[in-house]
Amino acid sequence: MRNSVEMIIAAFLLGATATSATAFQSGREPAYQSARESGLVGEKSDGYLGFVVPPSSSVRALVEDINIKRKAVYSKEALANGATVEEMALRTGCRLIVERTVAGEKYQTPSGIWKTRDGSAPELDPRCPQ
Amino acid sequence: MAQCCDQLTNRTDNAIRCYMRKMIFLCTPLMASVLTGCVQVTAPDKPIVINLNIAIRQEILYKLAAASEKVIQENPGVF
Repeated sequence: MRNSVEMIIAAFLLGATATSATAFQSGREPAYQSARESGLVGEKSDGYLGFVVPPSSSVRALVEDINIKRKAVYSKEALANGATVEEMALRTGCRLIVERTVAGEKYQTPSGIWKTRDGSAPELDPRCPQ
Repeated sequence: MAQCCDQLTNRTDNAIRCYMRKMIFLCTPLMASVLTGCVQVTAPDKPIVINLNIAIRQEILYKLAAASEKVIQENPGVF
């Protein structure tokens, strides 16, 4: 009996550590992380977040806020590299779909369809450097 | 009509009336042309297409490999 209680506590602690480790790794706000995981929002091919389903007001506000911040970051880095904001956004978008969108999360294909990431390679914009 | 205005009669305002008639006669086509000469704006029958395709330079995309990695690493909260 005592053993099983200890086991449960250990399992719980381990689970809590794993969850916080994932959250820490992604560096995202919990609301944003859960919107990604539940497939409400996804990565568009142009480097910004998009709505997979019609958003609630809170999800809309969250995504608009993040997209404004992304644009600010893209603008700054584009200027430093002699690129346009759109070029910087597209290039980062390619990387975001490949590297930062995990299995189960949504991304938009060049044809505009929302797909769920799985183990296979994602459909990227043809302009993405391979 | 020109003679009528020069004609003197016992009516004191005859000349004025005559000039006014002349003015009305001359101004009516002018007024009409002003009224019909309004700028006509008609909607085009074809939809207006604004090309929003922004030129993406392929060689620049190749050069942005490091920069795109950097922005993601430095701003984990927004990606």
